[in-house]
Amino acid sequence: MASTVLVTGVTRFLGSSLVGLLAAGGNGPRVIGVDAALPDARARERMGAAEFIRADIRSPLIARVIDEARVDTVVHASTSVTPAAGSQRTLAKEMNVLGTMQLLAACQRSDRVENLIVRSTAAVYGGSPRDPAVLTEDSEPRALPTSGPARDAVDIEGYLRGFIRRRPDVRVAVPRFAEIIGPTVQTPLTRYFSLSPVVPVTFGRDARLQLVHESDAVAVLATLVTGDFAGTVNVAGDGVLTVTQAIHRAGRVPVPVLPNVMGLLGSGLRRLKLSGFSPEQVELLSHGRTLDTTRLREQVGVRLDFTTEEAFADFADRLDHPVRALSSLLGIPRWGARQPNEYPLPTDLPVPGEPSVPTVPRPDRPKLISIDGGLA
Amino acid sequence: MSDHRAGAAASDPGVGSGAPSQEPLAGGWQDTLAGLLAATRRRLTGDYEVDDFGYDPDFHENFVLPPLRLLFERWFRVQVQGIENLPAEGGALVVANHSGTVPMDAAMLTVATRDHHPQQRALRTLAANLAFDLPVVGPLARKAGATLACHPDAERLLGRGELVAVFPEGFKGIGKPYQQRYRLQRFGRGGFVSAALQQRVPIIPVSIVGAEETYPLIASVPQLARLFGLPYFPITPTFPLLGPLGAVPLPSKWIIEFGEPIPTDTYPQDAAEDPMVVFNLTDRVRESIQQTLYRLLVQRGHPFFG
Repeated sequence: MASTVLVTGVTRFLGSSLVGLLAAGGNGPRVIGVDAALPDARARERMGAAEFIRADIRSPLIARVIDEARVDTVVHASTSVTPAAGSQRTLAKEMNVLGTMQLLAACQRSDRVENLIVRSTAAVYGGSPRDPAVLTEDSEPRALPTSGPARDAVDIEGYLRGFIRRRPDVRVAVPRFAEIIGPTVQTPLTRYFSLSPVVPVTFGRDARLQLVHESDAVAVLATLVTGDFAGTVNVAGDGVLTVTQAIHRAGRVPVPVLPNVMGLLGSGLRRLKLSGFSPEQVELLSHGRTLDTTRLREQVGVRLDFTTEEAFADFADRLDHPVRALSSLLGIPRWGARQPNEYPLPTDLPVPGEPSVPTVPRPDRPKLISIDGGLA
Repeated sequence: MSDHRAGAAASDPGVGSGAPSQEPLAGGWQDTLAGLLAATRRRLTGDYEVDDFGYDPDFHENFVLPPLRLLFERWFRVQVQGIENLPAEGGALVVANHSGTVPMDAAMLTVATRDHHPQQRALRTLAANLAFDLPVVGPLARKAGATLACHPDAERLLGRGELVAVFPEGFKGIGKPYQQRYRLQRFGRGGFVSAALQQRVPIIPVSIVGAEETYPLIASVPQLARLFGLPYFPITPTFPLLGPLGAVPLPSKWIIEFGEPIPTDTYPQDAAEDPMVVFNLTDRVRESIQQTLYRLLVQRGHPFFG
């Protein structure tokens, strides 16, 4: 049973919501959030009763924090697939890979750490039309990602395997998240769908896209902290949307452009600080993938509240919607989405005896800048 | 939506008894047009469902099937035999011969199970990875229900109780010269048989006559094939001679016959691991299709007039 939990990356939505969820209730575990930057007001609000220690996971200081706070459970939630713009890319890689190495080194030295949860991403499967349509945790991808944050994630999982070999006594859980979406998080994907009124898509491609709602992502991490699952697990909402379908549902107009133009557009928009997307994202939006989530349901025992469709609807409902405005003028009915307050938020952890905790707060889009230059 | 229709029907004095929502519209073409407009609106609002493999029944039904149906009924005058050999429900593996330069036989087989089977079963074809590498073709194939021909996908679909079609000859069958028409090529490595054994679903051999004459492959140019990264570059009587007109298939007469199902649940549980069982079963399926092909050729008579 976790008594002291350390969570990295609490300036971001996932980390801050997780510590808030774990710390709520009073007699739960002691929860410490660490980040190299100070969390802003909204992140602080989400963190609730949790403690905050300012520490850079790239420095050996993190080992002292783990030692002195007698941490037994480490959640590495700050690994990021956020493709930062060119100049920030080096920094992001350093945070992702070197930060993880340092953190793993600290965990290996500590004799109190019993549980380690490292957030990974479905990007480790790469995206190739030669892969099976539905990927299980054991699928061997045809083409590993060669660059960018997806490559970082592959490297991180590699170091983790090394860690598991050296410390077989530590329970290691690695959730591979599909793209996280929701009204609060800001990711390259949410910025892509926020482009208005037209969204560029790769000509002749229509990838399958699978999404996880932000509240589901937090709930899964919390379950992995309190549960006893060890191993890798896919986390994705049921069902898929294709990229053009999602763009239509967000009330935007997809405009097909040639693949190389797509790359240029991405870097151009990024340079203009408007939006922009990375080559990895173009790849994802061209080929796509679907994850098998049987293990999540049967071994971890989590049922997500949101399907891919519902998660996207919850996100898209808060976008300004040029086409919807026009169609309501013309009296065309909308496709149905559940009302936002119908969604049950994670209200209790699955382990008996655990105090019930309040819902994950969902303030309006905060703008947080964390050390790796990405938004929270 | 139903309220709306019911209201309209009630206000119409000409409507008699019966369910108003079942009331057929006046003319055939108006009906088609209304359906097409409604489907187009669903496309533009994103209001449709796509499964894990990218199959989009709404798109398939409204935009892929109608033109194929026209080819099926008017152009190739396809005659379907033995459709009762397809199970009413549950998984089954349909194994067919492959020919004709362009995989028109896969498309026609889809129309056959959709329109001629009493349960209107959707056919999920397994296609080569080339199809998914190509822009436009790749997403279109997925929307039409195809997925990559690989063990995980085949077993997953069969396990979900889908009707799965496989063409074990692959490019060897579809890209063979016209002189070798109706001569079955090697049946892959028997992967399809082990998938069926694993999932314990019946194998249904299907013989397709007529596809060979749609685009008779006179020669292929390996240099051009290498240039475009294709398995073959076809020369047919009309392509590339007539340019885009070469895409029009010749109007051959087709017969599709679904053979007797071969059960796999009589084999022991681990038969999929036994190469001898797999080879024998593969041969049996191949032999059954080859014999049926010869019989159907005699039955058809003239390749174009039937």
